[in-house]
Amino acid sequence: MRISGKWRGHPARRLGSGQDARATARWSMPGLGLFKGLAVTARNMIQSYYRKDRMTTVQYPEERAPISPNFRNFPFLCYDGDDPVAGLRCTACSICEKECPPQCIYIVLDRDENGKSLKRPKVFDIDISVCMNCGICAEVCPFDSIYMDGQYEMSTTDRFGGLLLGLDRLAKSADYHMQLRPLEASEVAARRKAEEDKKRAAQAAKEAKAKADKQAKEKAAAEAPAATIGKGEPA
Amino acid sequence: MISDLSRFSLSSSSSAAPVLDDDQLLHVSLGPQHPSTHGVFRVNVALDGETVVSLKPVFGYLHRNHEKIAENATYLSSMPYTDRLDYICPLSNNWAYANAVEKLAGIEVPERAQYMRVILAELTRLINHTAFAGFILGDMGAWGSALMYAFRERELILDLFEDLTGARMMANFMRFGGCRNDLPAGWANKVSELVNGYGAFLDEMEDLLIGNEILLARTRDIGALPKDVLINGGITGPMLRAAGVNYDIRKVEPYGIYQRFDFRIPLGGTGDCYDRIMIRFLEMRESLKILRQALDQLPEGPFVHPKAKIRNFKPPVGEAYARVEGPKGELGFHLLSDGSANPYRYRVRPPSFINLTLLEDMCLGLDLADVVVILGSIDIVLGEVDR
Amino acid sequence: MSLLDMAYGGPSLWAPEWLPRLPQRVVEMLLQHYDTPEWLVSLAGFAVAAATVVAVFLSAFALLSLIERKTLARIQNRLGPNRAGWFGILQPVADGIKMLTKEDIVPAKAEWFLHLAAPVLIVVPAMLALGVIPYGREWVPVRLELGLLFFFAVGTLTEMAVFMAGWASGSKFPMLGAMRAISQMVSYELPLILSALGVIMVTGSLSLPDIVAKQEGLHWNVLTPWGLSAALVFFIASIAEANRCPFDLPEGESEIVAGHMTEYSGFKYALFFMGEYLGLFAISGLFITLFLGGWQAPLPGLTVIPTWLWFFAKLVVVIFSHLWIRGTFPRVRIDQLMRFAWLCLIPMALLTIPAAGIWVLIGGGLLGWLVTVPLLLIPWVVLTTIHNRRLAPQTRTYTFAD
Repeated sequence: MRISGKWRGHPARRLGSGQDARATARWSMPGLGLFKGLAVTARNMIQSYYRKDRMTTVQYPEERAPISPNFRNFPFLCYDGDDPVAGLRCTACSICEKECPPQCIYIVLDRDENGKSLKRPKVFDIDISVCMNCGICAEVCPFDSIYMDGQYEMSTTDRFGGLLLGLDRLAKSADYHMQLRPLEASEVAARRKAEEDKKRAAQAAKEAKAKADKQAKEKAAAEAPAATIGKGEPA
Repeated sequence: MISDLSRFSLSSSSSAAPVLDDDQLLHVSLGPQHPSTHGVFRVNVALDGETVVSLKPVFGYLHRNHEKIAENATYLSSMPYTDRLDYICPLSNNWAYANAVEKLAGIEVPERAQYMRVILAELTRLINHTAFAGFILGDMGAWGSALMYAFRERELILDLFEDLTGARMMANFMRFGGCRNDLPAGWANKVSELVNGYGAFLDEMEDLLIGNEILLARTRDIGALPKDVLINGGITGPMLRAAGVNYDIRKVEPYGIYQRFDFRIPLGGTGDCYDRIMIRFLEMRESLKILRQALDQLPEGPFVHPKAKIRNFKPPVGEAYARVEGPKGELGFHLLSDGSANPYRYRVRPPSFINLTLLEDMCLGLDLADVVVILGSIDIVLGEVDR
Repeated sequence: MSLLDMAYGGPSLWAPEWLPRLPQRVVEMLLQHYDTPEWLVSLAGFAVAAATVVAVFLSAFALLSLIERKTLARIQNRLGPNRAGWFGILQPVADGIKMLTKEDIVPAKAEWFLHLAAPVLIVVPAMLALGVIPYGREWVPVRLELGLLFFFAVGTLTEMAVFMAGWASGSKFPMLGAMRAISQMVSYELPLILSALGVIMVTGSLSLPDIVAKQEGLHWNVLTPWGLSAALVFFIASIAEANRCPFDLPEGESEIVAGHMTEYSGFKYALFFMGEYLGLFAISGLFITLFLGGWQAPLPGLTVIPTWLWFFAKLVVVIFSHLWIRGTFPRVRIDQLMRFAWLCLIPMALLTIPAAGIWVLIGGGLLGWLVTVPLLLIPWVVLTTIHNRRLAPQTRTYTFAD
């Protein structure tokens, strides 16, 4: 089968060239098409011995295919510093629980003896047999707390408990996040640092202002007693 | 064969008056487990010797209540589910749904996001048609060579998707008002390289397929239907264009920024299986052209509308139907909103399902082996047929 | 047979040419040392020779099952089995263990004796056919005057066994599959035999060693125009006889089940495959004998390499072509298959008879080429045009709309 039509380089080399109004597939010598097919497979076979793009097999588990740093699998919770309980960024606001499409997240807020919220989760379970790796939880989190992990070798023999990840398996440090997704993690770290600095500066300014106010008040009080003694008011 | 229109009746086969009694026919159920790769799909065929007398498709084995789930979920939550409709080309489904919601809520999409969407949609068309080229030869019993070549190239594009969206197939990438994140550094260059190299792969597949006498004998002059039957049956996509009907939504009702690109619509002559295969190859070439233009013109800017909401998204009361030219045909989403965060009615127009309705008419009078080839040439995905 | 060969008085037992006869010679010498009667010695020698052939080809079958998978894998840009042993060399062993440990299911409605006999009857004729092929100058298991006729006669037993398998299974799908298989095999038997007729005419003998002896040096039959045409026809017909892709309807796609082999499990299934592969070896061996010069080396200087090694090298090439074709082409449909056999292959096979006759009359050479080539080429073009009416010179035009 000979294909006619002018060709001008990639990508339209044969059928459907750039300027032609028609592409034709014309019949030619019988049997020739079969030989062309044989030539293609022979070429592929021979090239599979020395060209990497013709032999793309990655022999797992001896080798592992490289995955993109953006690859998302199941979520994890981020904590700052070394303590996974004290440094956990999650405040159990339950936004991710509400937004999760298959509803695979289960959160219980930690309260103290008076019922006041401690702003951290007592229970945070993700059922990864339900999770569909959409990443919406990571998108909606306002506290930079939940991100998508890249681990995929998570098989277990326990069908129910092994696939229910609790806080102990979900909490991973911010260093891990930095290792996994350097770009995203450094951007988050920079933003959080800037916010921290701004908060600290605002706090310092407020304290300075309160101190100045107190000093002004004391000064005013020190000058006032002479005026009030005549009225019988105690200073 | 095509001129005998009386055989192509759209009514059920029982009224087509088969000459033989029922017990002289051999009833075969090409059961839900197929050696071909289309998914769980059953065909009840009644054969007279080797010829098909009646054919009834049975599907629903992959029904997952997609539309009902969407009624109870927010608009954003449905987005990952649309990936799983036609899982061979997930980003087209995403775009169709995003289009519908944007039409409903009147959201504008910035320029860069439009270009990104076009690039991703055309890459999706490439992966779909490449996979099709592999599948059709697998259906015909070619022991998987073409399938392996096709999937080898498909993996390159899927790697690009993984770089950008985080997942190879279930991308969940479009948002209402743009895309989920911006292109990583160097991604556009990688796409350029791939586009430049793709032509060589297409040439190789054409060498393997086009002149192959066995393929010609298996696919010529089967499965053709007259144009008016196809139009009345609601067929869209490469099946319709292979019959010569000039209907491509990217030209007829352009969405996004398709009117800015210079590309043409390939049209076939007869509409048989061979034409359908060739049309898809030609469409792949046109997609490469669109990709080059889009990559050249890609502007800087925001990748999503600045006021786009992810949470608490409540579109105004109303309805909208938006459609895109998916690789399989016209993929449409019809949304009915009552002002709350969940849609009142969410309906998918699945091209595979509607293209499948004419299967019996295409197969009457042909051999059983032809049924498999025709089914392959319609290019169905059961995730879309059953939702 | 053994006495006749001993009368040749060849060089030492250990010379490469004589190596394949070593087991037979050793046994015969041992028995003669102990003064056993002549008929027993020849019988024992014959049994050992047959056992050698069977052992060689059974191990070749095991090796081929692995090589086929690895070759197909390389064609498809992937590695084949490489987990069972270094390079996957123990994969046939693993497959054999798997087949042996499977439950043997015989359907209730099946004829159990025929069900059992069918796989055996597929393997045995293939082995019988392997017995007449000359593998080397000194290595012909059975020297028959009517070797070629014996080969074809025994080959048709396989077809009967296929039908027996289908009928004895007792259900309709194997029956239909078997009917298709047998119609395919019977249709392709004719071009097979007809294309061999040219060779018989030129050689003047049905004996396979004589056919090989006639193809000395580069006078291989394939290098003549009638031989090339006959070889092509024979090769295509042999693919169909061996039920291999692109003619593997009995194996795949017949209503999506495995045709006549549907109701077989475990070792009987393995026997079917063994019979199929041994049949492939046999018919490839015959192809080499008839057309590719058998054990003859192409150039006189290369006769240092023992002749049986030449034979096996050619066998490797032919088998590789079978694998290559399997990895490339889709399957043909049953009616296209029959039409191809009856309308295309049989006329071409019939044409080799006048072509071979003219060749012998003219005595070969340039004039022979000039006369026979058009005689074969023009009908080929005409036939494929008529036969491929569906592929008629129709130009498919694809227009582009804006």
